[in-house]
Amino acid sequence: MTGPAPASASDELRLPRAAATRPTSPSLRQHALLLYPAAMLAVFFVVPFGIMLAVSFFHRVEGAFYEPAFEFANYARFLSPFFGKALAFSIWISALAAAAVVCVAFPFTYFLTRMRRPAQVRVLVFILAVLSLSEVIIGFSWSTLLSRTAGVSNLLYFVGLLAQPVAWTPSFGALLVGLCYLCFPYSVLVLYPALSRLDPELPEASRMLGASPLRTFFSVVVPVLRRSIISALILVFVFNLGAFLLPQVLGRPEHWTLSVLITDQAIFQSNIPFAAAMAVFLMLVCLALVALTLMFGQQRRLEG
Amino acid sequence: MTLRLEHVSKSFGGLQALVDVDLEFPHGRLICLLGPSGCGKTTLLRCIAGLETPTEGRIRLDGRDLTDVPAHKRNFGMVFQSLALFPHLSVGENIAYGLTIRGVDKAGRRRRTEELLQLVRLPGVIDRPVSQLSGGQRQRVAIARALALNPALFLLDEPLSALDAKLRETMQIELRLLQRRLGISTIVVTHDQREAMTMADIVVVMDHGRVQQVAAPLDTYRSPSNAFVADFIGISNLVPGTLRGRDAVLVHGQPIRVASVPAAIAEGTHVTLLIRPEEVHVRPTETNGENHLRGEVSFVRDLGASIEITVRCGEQQLLAVTTPRERPPIEIGDAVAVELPASACVVLPS
Repeated sequence: MTGPAPASASDELRLPRAAATRPTSPSLRQHALLLYPAAMLAVFFVVPFGIMLAVSFFHRVEGAFYEPAFEFANYARFLSPFFGKALAFSIWISALAAAAVVCVAFPFTYFLTRMRRPAQVRVLVFILAVLSLSEVIIGFSWSTLLSRTAGVSNLLYFVGLLAQPVAWTPSFGALLVGLCYLCFPYSVLVLYPALSRLDPELPEASRMLGASPLRTFFSVVVPVLRRSIISALILVFVFNLGAFLLPQVLGRPEHWTLSVLITDQAIFQSNIPFAAAMAVFLMLVCLALVALTLMFGQQRRLEG
Repeated sequence: MTLRLEHVSKSFGGLQALVDVDLEFPHGRLICLLGPSGCGKTTLLRCIAGLETPTEGRIRLDGRDLTDVPAHKRNFGMVFQSLALFPHLSVGENIAYGLTIRGVDKAGRRRRTEELLQLVRLPGVIDRPVSQLSGGQRQRVAIARALALNPALFLLDEPLSALDAKLRETMQIELRLLQRRLGISTIVVTHDQREAMTMADIVVVMDHGRVQQVAAPLDTYRSPSNAFVADFIGISNLVPGTLRGRDAVLVHGQPIRVASVPAAIAEGTHVTLLIRPEEVHVRPTETNGENHLRGEVSFVRDLGASIEITVRCGEQQLLAVTTPRERPPIEIGDAVAVELPASACVVLPS
C-alpha cells in the first residue's frame, strides 16, 4: 500500500516543473512560418497588381506596345458614356444574378443541410463536379440549350406549349441564366458551413411559439444567417463582375460587360495600358460596393 | 389539461427510441422524465411537442387527438436544452416573439413582456441584446418566452444543464415554485435524479426507450420497481441472492430476513436485494444477531457532514453512510459486522 504512493507523488511534482521550463514567449521561428504565405501573396498577388497599376499610367504606342510614362490619359478615356454604360450594366447584371442565385441557393442549402448525411455528401459531390466545368463549356451548353435549332424550346413546341421553336439566346435572360448557373455551386459552398452549423433548436423554438415553417424560415433562419447571406452575395457579385466569356456567348453586344471590354482592349486592341486602367477602376468600384454592403450589414446589426 | 400517451413508439431507422409508452399526465402537475442519456426521454418530449411524429400510438390532450397536429398549432411552451434564444433579437423581442406571430399590438406586447420579466424576476433587461446576459439570465428569458402565450403545456428539455451546479440548484427550486404558482402542467426532461427529486410531483424513470417506473419521487427511492431504477435513483447496495420462503433471501448461504416480498416473485428465484447506504449499520465485530454479515472495512471516507464506510463481505462490497455523531470507532482493515435491518431490505426482481 505504501510502496507505490511516493512514486506517484513525485510524478505529480515533476509535472509542473516540466511545464515551467517550456518557453512561453513566441519565438522568431514561429514568425518565420508566416514568411512563406507572405512571400506567396507578394509574388502571386501584390507584384502582379503593382505591375498592372504601373502599366495603367503608361503611354500606349500605336501599332506597337507601350512605354513607361506617367499620364492619366487611360483613365480620362474611360470617363465616356460608352464605358460608363458598360460599367453600369456590369454592376447591374452582376448584382441581379447575385441576388437571384442567393435567393435560390439559400433555401436549397437549407434543405440540403436538413437531409441525411450520405445524401448531403452525394449532392455536394455533384455540386463540386459542376464547379469543375469551365466557363466555356457552361456558356456553349446554355447557348445550345436555349437555341432555336436544338434547344428546349423544341421540346415545348413538341408538347404543344409553344407555337414554334424560339431562339432564347443571345439575350439578357440567357446571360442571366448562364451567370446564375456558373455561380450557384459557389454560393452553395459558401452558405453550407454556416447553415449546417445553425442550431436546429432555433427554428424549432420558433415553431413552438406558433410560427409556421415558412414564417420561421423568414423570421429566424434568414436573419440569423444574415452575415453568411451577405458574404455569399459579395462573393457571387465579384465573381460575376469578372465573367468575360458568358456575355460574349450568351449576350448581345449591348450586354457586354466591362470585363469583356477589358479583354477586348488587352487582347484584340493590344492596348494594355487602357485595359489595366479599366481593370483598376473596376476593382475600385467593386471594393467600394463591397465596403458599402458590409457597412449596411454592420448598421443593421447595431439596430437589431 | 390531461395529456394521454397511448402506446407511443418511435423508431429512427433501425433504432427503437421509444417502445410502447403508455402514460397519463394529470393536470397542473410537474412531471420529470428521468433516465440516462439515450433512454428516449428527449424523444418522448419531442413527440409531445410535435417536433417528432410517433411511429405508432396516439397523443391526446383532454381527449383531442394531437398526434398529427403540427408543433406550431399545439400551443405548448418549450424551453430547449441550448435555450435557443434568437441571437438577432433583443430580450424583449425574444419574449414577445410568439405574441408578434399572433399579431398582438406593440403596446400589448410590451405590457405582457414586462409582466413576464417580472414573473421570472429579471426586470430592466427588456432592451438588452441576448448576448449580454449571463447564463442564469438567459435561462429566465427562455422560460419567460415559453410562458408568453399561456401554453396548455410547459415542456422543458434539460433546461438547467448549461448552468453551474450551485445556480442549477437554486433554479430548480425557483422553477418548481413558479410552476406551483402558475399551476401549469409541466414536463421536465432530466438525467439528474436530484433535479427530479427537487422538482417533480411524479417521476417517470426511463431506460432503453421503455418506462421503468412511474411514481412519486420518494417512492422511486424507497420502493423502486426494479434494479435499474434502484441503481439510477440515489446510491444503492444491490446484493444478488435467492428468495427462500416469503420472508428471507439467501445471500452467500446466509439468510437475510426481509419485511415483505412482492407477490409476483416466486420462491427460489434469483432476486436482487436493495439496501440504501443510510440504512446499513456497521457494528463492532462482537455484536451478533439477525441480518448481520461479517466483513472487513476496506475504506472510510470522512466527508465531515457524513461518513461513508465501505465494507467487504466476502465478494460483496457494502456501502454504509453514517453521521459524525454515530460514527463507529473503526479504521481500514478492522473486522466488523454489518447489520441490514429487515424493514430496510427491498426485494427486486433480478
